[in-house]
Amino acid sequence: MKEIKDLNLPDEIRYSKDHEWAKVDGDIVRVGISDYAQDALGDIVFVELPEVGAVFKAGEEFGTLESVKAVSELYLPVGGEIVAVNMELEDSPELINDNPYTGWIIEVKPGDIGEFDQLLDRHAYLELLKAE
Amino acid sequence: MNIGPGRSGLIMDEPLLWEKGRAGRNGMSIPESDVPSAAIDGRLCGAGPDFPDLSEIDVVRHYTRLSLWNFGVDTGMYPLGSCTMKYNPKINEKHAGAPEIAAAHPMLDDEYCQGTLKIIYDLQNYLAEITGLDAVSVQPAAGAHGELAGMLIFEAYHQSRGRKRTKILMPDTAHGTNPASAALCGYTPVPIKSGARGILEVGQIRDLMDEETAGIMVTNPNTLGLFEENIREIADIVHAKGGLVYGDGANMNAVMGIADMKKCGVDVLHLNLHKTFSTPHGGGGPGAGPVCVTEELARFLPSPRVEFDGTAYRLEKERPESVGRMHCFHGNFGVLVKALCYILTMGAENLKKVSQRAVLNASYIKQRLKGHLHLAYDRPCMHEAVFSDRKQQEFKVTTLDIAKRLMDCGYHPPTIYFPLVVPGAIMIEPTESECLEDLDTFIDVVKQIVREAETEPELLKRAPTRFKVKRLDETAAARRPCLCG
Repeated sequence: MKEIKDLNLPDEIRYSKDHEWAKVDGDIVRVGISDYAQDALGDIVFVELPEVGAVFKAGEEFGTLESVKAVSELYLPVGGEIVAVNMELEDSPELINDNPYTGWIIEVKPGDIGEFDQLLDRHAYLELLKAE
Repeated sequence: MNIGPGRSGLIMDEPLLWEKGRAGRNGMSIPESDVPSAAIDGRLCGAGPDFPDLSEIDVVRHYTRLSLWNFGVDTGMYPLGSCTMKYNPKINEKHAGAPEIAAAHPMLDDEYCQGTLKIIYDLQNYLAEITGLDAVSVQPAAGAHGELAGMLIFEAYHQSRGRKRTKILMPDTAHGTNPASAALCGYTPVPIKSGARGILEVGQIRDLMDEETAGIMVTNPNTLGLFEENIREIADIVHAKGGLVYGDGANMNAVMGIADMKKCGVDVLHLNLHKTFSTPHGGGGPGAGPVCVTEELARFLPSPRVEFDGTAYRLEKERPESVGRMHCFHGNFGVLVKALCYILTMGAENLKKVSQRAVLNASYIKQRLKGHLHLAYDRPCMHEAVFSDRKQQEFKVTTLDIAKRLMDCGYHPPTIYFPLVVPGAIMIEPTESECLEDLDTFIDVVKQIVREAETEPELLKRAPTRFKVKRLDETAAARRPCLCG
């Protein structure tokens, strides 16, 4: 496990309490898991992705990640319609471990962009990790 | 290090039988044909199956060598938490293998298989007595199959009251199969976080239980090895809203003769005969997961069960409200025989002692190791104790490394990374089978490994080194599985 100070937590994205990240790109939001999450899960061996077109509320489970240790649920940080999924993960789940920020998982068209603003910034997310 | 039973020895390599076979070799002399030859319809002929030609000694050495690569509870301590890997007494095998029992045809009419039916009937009654519940079906083939039977009973019960329910409460300390069993029956599992003491809090259930919720699935003791002390109050809340309580009896080895599940408020409970009742876990099966219910739910049980009218045993007639058959014929009958043999050879007093000693053994390990490994919940435990690798993190040593090093020392590893509520969990369930001296040796070995984690972490990172195969790349095996030899 990495020390908190060794975690890669970019400034320009937001984080959820469930350790997903979200990044606004035009009118869509791109979603993945944080460096802390990929490090805690260990080697990811399978990613279960949602269907494009599926609609979820913020906080709903939209897929699962299977690592050598366990299966974990993925929760959507911002509600809306799934407009793209990263198909490369089907054959190469290690992309998430290699770099969890280029190894994105889904893109969502948000129903309410206000939900993005409620996510944690780098500083608040770091505080959350320290508390855990 | 030479604490613990593990040593290295000569490891025999062994190829596949297909690589070993040579044309014309065989294990018996087939007599000359003494009947005239006749033509055969060409349409019935084709290439024969691809079997290797082998002599008897080829086959005997093959399987003997493979067995030497194996590790079982007959080899050594197998503290695999949540699995109750207790010793399987050989007398069980003797009776289950007796020709009168093993060779009885499953399609015999009732009058010709009275002994077979009596075995099932007696087992039904003993399991009812042990759990405190009223009626039992021994059909389900394993624990999760018993859970499925239980969820079908929930569904049948709510249907009979004219009200379909959609949700089911699911503590995060329940067995991993519980949400899957509920989902298979169309229920949406509603997760509940266990409280700060590692058990369910009454208030959470009060907040979540409503009339859309079919009930709750509780594993008790739970997967942290802790007894759900609030079970009776929780059951009352669930019942008041018209719901049912499912008890996952996988951890029954902690409470036989001590907790009465009916008095705890449980309506449906499955048992794992291959855990609590000393039948083998086998090579992945078969097991048996009998389902036990209250009188009120008996009409929904899988059918047929065995009845006794005072003179003869028979399979009951179809019950219209039954959830139906869960298994063909008499279920996994050999397993039922072994479980009944265990119950009869132990007797009531000794079954209670089994649970007391299983709890004593786990508590002893918990007390003696808690200064060395981080203990997730420092409270009285039941049949298993859950530690973690938190104290070893500063040396970059993980639960996986500790588990692998234990193998080198002659132990099957404990359950690791489960339950999920404890990051890096190390879940140790010694069962009642281990004597004090063997527990002490195990504890000494774990302490030694904890010291090694600090002074020679490489020893743990490289482990296991004493086996035919060394540290496997589990990630590559999962990402690029090779399933064809």
